[in-house]
Amino acid sequence: MPVKRYLRQRFFPQLWCAGCGHGQIMASLIRAIEELGLQKNNVVVVSGIGCSSRMPGYLDFHTLHTLHGRALAFATGVKMGRPELNVIVPMGDGDASAIGGNHLIHAARRNINITAIVMNNNIYGMTGGQSSPTTPVAAKSTTAPLGNIDPAFDLVELAKGAGASFVARSTTYHSKEMQNMFVKAINHKGFSFVEVLTQCPTYYGRKNEGVSPTEMMKKFATTTTSIGSPKKKENPELIERGVFVDQERTEYASSYCEMINQMRKQK
Amino acid sequence: MEAIKDKKNLQVVINAGWCKSCGICIDLCPKGALGRDNRDKAVWQYPDKCIRCGLCELRCPDLAITLQEAEEEE
Repeated sequence: MPVKRYLRQRFFPQLWCAGCGHGQIMASLIRAIEELGLQKNNVVVVSGIGCSSRMPGYLDFHTLHTLHGRALAFATGVKMGRPELNVIVPMGDGDASAIGGNHLIHAARRNINITAIVMNNNIYGMTGGQSSPTTPVAAKSTTAPLGNIDPAFDLVELAKGAGASFVARSTTYHSKEMQNMFVKAINHKGFSFVEVLTQCPTYYGRKNEGVSPTEMMKKFATTTTSIGSPKKKENPELIERGVFVDQERTEYASSYCEMINQMRKQK
Repeated sequence: MEAIKDKKNLQVVINAGWCKSCGICIDLCPKGALGRDNRDKAVWQYPDKCIRCGLCELRCPDLAITLQEAEEEE
């Protein structure tokens, strides 16, 4: 697989920590784009701030590195101006659900044709391991040294509730599944939301499990299950993986184009 | 059988300059074909054990591993 064709190799080796899952997600995204046969010139990658948001720097597409949490707002602008482009927005869990929480729910409500990828590592990695909205109860972080008491967001339920027309979840352990979901999400006409559970060995791992990146990845195999699996009935704690929502709805940029055309006819 | 023969031509090439020694490829290799060199970087230590499944390439977070055709022998 010629992954290197899609990289800005002058920035390598990349700056993510050893064992960080963000590189695995980037590799799966590249493979999905390769599988779809998209032209480099037709892909725009927009990000906010955080570890996850370093991704556009490494990818050789049209890329934008924008304000914290505002990646979806910038991406909406790009999509409205050039609806023929494929807009992909990689975000971190804090970037998507805390700082940019409102942008996320409104992009989902509008059903604009953007692919949002949330890399959920349960912590703010870049700033030193503070609790994020997805840090599980009792997990430790810099700001919760005795254990977190805030209930965590279920991002898939959030996206479903906000009206996203494609919602899926995968993990870094399931690389092929993740790649297939990216392919489906990019092909989907409408707002597609993919949550990828990933490992932050430096902060989350060190403060909680104290184990290697591999052990953190292996945990995704035992703590998750496919949608509809009987295992979920035996152990309700398991996190479900798969495509939760895949439906057709009017797309925002196309209804905007329709309105412009109608106004032109009236003149 | 031909598919297997073709696979034997494949080589695991590891870019030591990009490898950060996280050990994911070594630990998750189903056949234990990878090892570490004296700088702790991953190396394709036991090509005989390798089944060319490509899991190391899929899971390398540093994009340092490629499964590619062996260069023609001189």
